[in-house]
Amino acid sequence: MSHQDIKFYQTGTFTVGNRLLDPEQRSVQSTLERTNALNSGHRACPGCGEALGARYAMDAAMAATDGQIVVANATGCLEVFSTPYPETAWQVPWVHSLFGNAAAVGAGLAAAMRVKGKSDVRVIAQGGDGSTADIGFGPLSGMFERNDDVLFICYDNQGYMNTGVQRSSATPPAARTATTPAVGPHPGHQRGMGKFVPEIAMAHHIPYVATATVADLRDIEAKVTAAMSLRGARYIHILVPCPLGWGSASHDTVRLARMARESGLFPVFEARDGEVTDSLKIRHQVPVEAFLKPQKRFAHLFGKQRDEEAIAYLQARADRNIRKYHLLEA
Amino acid sequence: MDKPMVKPFAITLDPGSSLANHTGSWRTVRPVYVHRLPPCNNGCPAGEDIQGWLFHAESGDYEKAWHVLTENNPFPAIVGRVCYHPCESACNRGQIDEPVSIHAVERFLGDEAIKRQWAFPRPAQRSGKRVLIVGAGPSGLSAAYHLARLGHEVEIHEAGPMAGGMLRFGIPKYRLPRDILDAEVARILDMGVRLHLNRKVDNALAAKQEGGFDAVFLAIGAHIAKRAYIPAGAAARVLDAVSVLHDMEAGERPLLGRRVVVYGGGNSAIDVARTARRLGADEAIIVYRRTRDAMPAHPSEVHEAEDEGVLFRWLSTITQADEGALTIEKMALDEAGKPQPTGEFETLEADSLVLALGQDVDLGLLDKIQGIEIEGGVVKVGENMMTGCAGIFAGGDMVPSERTVTVGIGHGKKAARHIHAWLNGELYQKPPTPPIATLDRINRWYYSDAPKTVQPELDAERRLDGFEEVVHGLNADNALFEARRCLSCGNCFECDNCYGVCPDNAIKKLGPGQGFEIDYDFCKGCGLCAAECPCGAIDMVPEDI
Ligand SMILES: Cc1cc2nc3c(=O)[nH]c(=O)nc-3n(C[C@H](O)[C@H](O)[C@H](O)COP(=O)(O)OP(=O)(O)OC[C@H]3O[C@@H](n4cnc5c(N)ncnc54)[C@H](O)[C@@H]3O)c2cc1C
Ligand SMILES: Cc1ncc(C[n+]2csc(CCOP(=O)(O)OP(=O)(O)O)c2C)c(N)n1
Ligand code: SF4
Ligand code: SF4
Ligand SMILES: [Mg+2]
Repeated sequence: MSHQDIKFYQTGTFTVGNRLLDPEQRSVQSTLERTNALNSGHRACPGCGEALGARYAMDAAMAATDGQIVVANATGCLEVFSTPYPETAWQVPWVHSLFGNAAAVGAGLAAAMRVKGKSDVRVIAQGGDGSTADIGFGPLSGMFERNDDVLFICYDNQGYMNTGVQRSSATPPAARTATTPAVGPHPGHQRGMGKFVPEIAMAHHIPYVATATVADLRDIEAKVTAAMSLRGARYIHILVPCPLGWGSASHDTVRLARMARESGLFPVFEARDGEVTDSLKIRHQVPVEAFLKPQKRFAHLFGKQRDEEAIAYLQARADRNIRKYHLLEA
Repeated sequence: MDKPMVKPFAITLDPGSSLANHTGSWRTVRPVYVHRLPPCNNGCPAGEDIQGWLFHAESGDYEKAWHVLTENNPFPAIVGRVCYHPCESACNRGQIDEPVSIHAVERFLGDEAIKRQWAFPRPAQRSGKRVLIVGAGPSGLSAAYHLARLGHEVEIHEAGPMAGGMLRFGIPKYRLPRDILDAEVARILDMGVRLHLNRKVDNALAAKQEGGFDAVFLAIGAHIAKRAYIPAGAAARVLDAVSVLHDMEAGERPLLGRRVVVYGGGNSAIDVARTARRLGADEAIIVYRRTRDAMPAHPSEVHEAEDEGVLFRWLSTITQADEGALTIEKMALDEAGKPQPTGEFETLEADSLVLALGQDVDLGLLDKIQGIEIEGGVVKVGENMMTGCAGIFAGGDMVPSERTVTVGIGHGKKAARHIHAWLNGELYQKPPTPPIATLDRINRWYYSDAPKTVQPELDAERRLDGFEEVVHGLNADNALFEARRCLSCGNCFECDNCYGVCPDNAIKKLGPGQGFEIDYDFCKGCGLCAAECPCGAIDMVPEDI
């Protein structure tokens, strides 16, 4: 178990903080001392899940390493909205090079630290799903295969959001994007395409692979902390809803991430040395519709005629995840 | 000295902070922290801030919780036992699993206060005004307490030999132990309130003038048993509930016999029947002319009575009482749902018949006082609890309203506020009531699933041995558990969700007890804080643009 839920005390560990818990049981985000690694004034859309996820993860990493972190960031929203030269929202040493090479830059930083004898300075490389699953996939696989001492964090908003919402290989079936219009017999993104990078990362047998969502802060913090306690190549894949690309209300970001997990569409688990060791259980199971319906990119499934067949197809994917990752309490 | 840094061409600026970019200008709606009225508070006839005191009980600060509670009601140990807790019927958690057992935590706090001898603060200033209170029942005592807190000199004139009114001479011991009653009354007297026992007031206005009082609050209750015309043989034993229960308290065991029939459907009927069982009656039968659903008695008491072997005859009236037997006529409901006689009679053996048909107010002390208006046997009062005679206020069972302990306590508090204003030549202005914190504003996902703690009860067999208290209290552990089931409807409970979920760090945490503040320089108005606030304490309000 990566983190143990405290089930009572009113809200237990389900909320960010809880005045009824002992200080050592509280989250990094609930403290006044959190680093705010990604600070106010950034230009992310209102309600951006990526901005939220990045702060959650980076503040946890800072807390776990006494602030000894350097970051390589791929091109994408996270880079563009945080650092329009000469301003930056990062309060951590941070470098941006290209869309596809964050893993390679991270590997280089790790080598530099090793050469300089700075074993306490830890390296994080990060980027969107496009930079991770598509253009940066070669460098990422290389970094895994060499077991470079880098934590790679993918912020998965299921598309190329920065350039106007094109599909990526993490876009789910049936989702409408600028390049997968809602036309034809199976409107939206095609079925049978795409990849799930966490499973590919596991195939490299690296020490640590985990998934998470911005709806489960405690889980993110526990996983980042676990990752920082290990050396070698590590990978965390965080689902971060995007109000712009998903066509959702800015206040629904956390709720949608929660629905993705509670429906089983996005499995949250942890794997060590290539083997799944734990999964976050569904508390109140919901049908996939609870995740799909509030999003305009799936509006065509709920038009005058509901696309029952497509909804059932997505439900079957969720059910398969539930079986595969044991998402329901036995 | 380090070498001067050589900057590559075109990179001439140090990185600036994004804080220069005030993203608050994007906003079209703004989050604001609000306090909504929790439905429990709204449902409490004494106007308790239930969510407010539960907040302190949740962290185990019972003393603070007790102080917040008693700002509105000085009797938590009493009402925790006898109030029918309309707060719980209103509790939002009731729609999720079961309501918070508010009365059980309240009782626990009241009992803790007695055990640990917590006291009320003594009034800081004296007003120099004197107020007479007539009747030391819950309503009069509540008014005395609030007036004393406001610095007035309070004197209570009580006709009976002991304080408490129906708390003592109506409600039996097995529901309200007398040491509890005594302790909560004594605490009020300790504030300097003077109580004169065995002092019946015959004329309210004369008492006011003779005593030189600036105002009077009447709370004499309703003590005259209502009678129904039942032809009775000379040897028939017919009593009334009020005097049976009164005798119990005065130390005279009423002679009821082995078979007791009680006529009526209210709480007094139940109390008498349960008392009769404890006095050794083999049979205690309640005869009521309507159906069970129509009974005014509280269902929990009906259950407890049934557990103790009390029997019920629904849809029946008593037409004749003779020595050892009663004649009963069966009733049937007509189309309008009203009971109608059927002409079918039967005989019911009974050593005694106790009438529990309600009480009337003894209005003698208001005779010939100008301005006083009586309607339906009760005294009319205005919004400010004042009767038609200036300076004479009234509350509790003697004015038109529901007759319960907590309603009486609420009247006492309300009257005290108006009397205070009136003595200062002012009008009491009730602070505006915020809108209700409804369940649809609660983000239920964040709360742990936790069904309510059941209060242990005395075994039914052991209850009949005497007048030991039937329902037991919670202990510190399960009181804490129960308090923490509260959702804190509509009021921040410092869960840090808003502080956490803001993607723009636009929320400042001010520290324990201080809450949070929005930094409008950076808040983009996404509304995540409001959506993810578990208890609905944030509103999104349109900006004027
Ligand atoms: C058997 C029984 C059981 C009940 N059980 C419950 C219950 O479980 N829960 C609940 O909420 N309610 C219950 N009630 C109702 C509740 O007791 C009353 O609503 C409440 O006590 C009313 O308070 P009060 O202060 O208005 O009057 P009372 O409690 O009746 O007090 C009035 C006081 O005024 C005194 N007095 C009267 N005339 C004069 C005078 N002229 N001069 C000086 N003093 C005078 C009386 O002696 C008495 O002490 C019960 C009532 C009865 C009869
Ligand atoms: C080699 C190269 N190709 C294309 C681009 C244009 N580009 C910039 S960001 C981006 C998409 C980023 O998508 P993703 O990695 O998912 O990040 P997101 O913006 O969605 O967070 C693209 C195509 C580029 N910068 N470099
Ligand atoms: S959950 Fe708490 S605040 Fe809400 S109605 Fe119930 S007792 Fe009151
Ligand atoms: S979450 Fe932050 S940015 Fe969004 S509305 Fe609340 S304070 Fe503003
Ligand atoms: Mg993306």
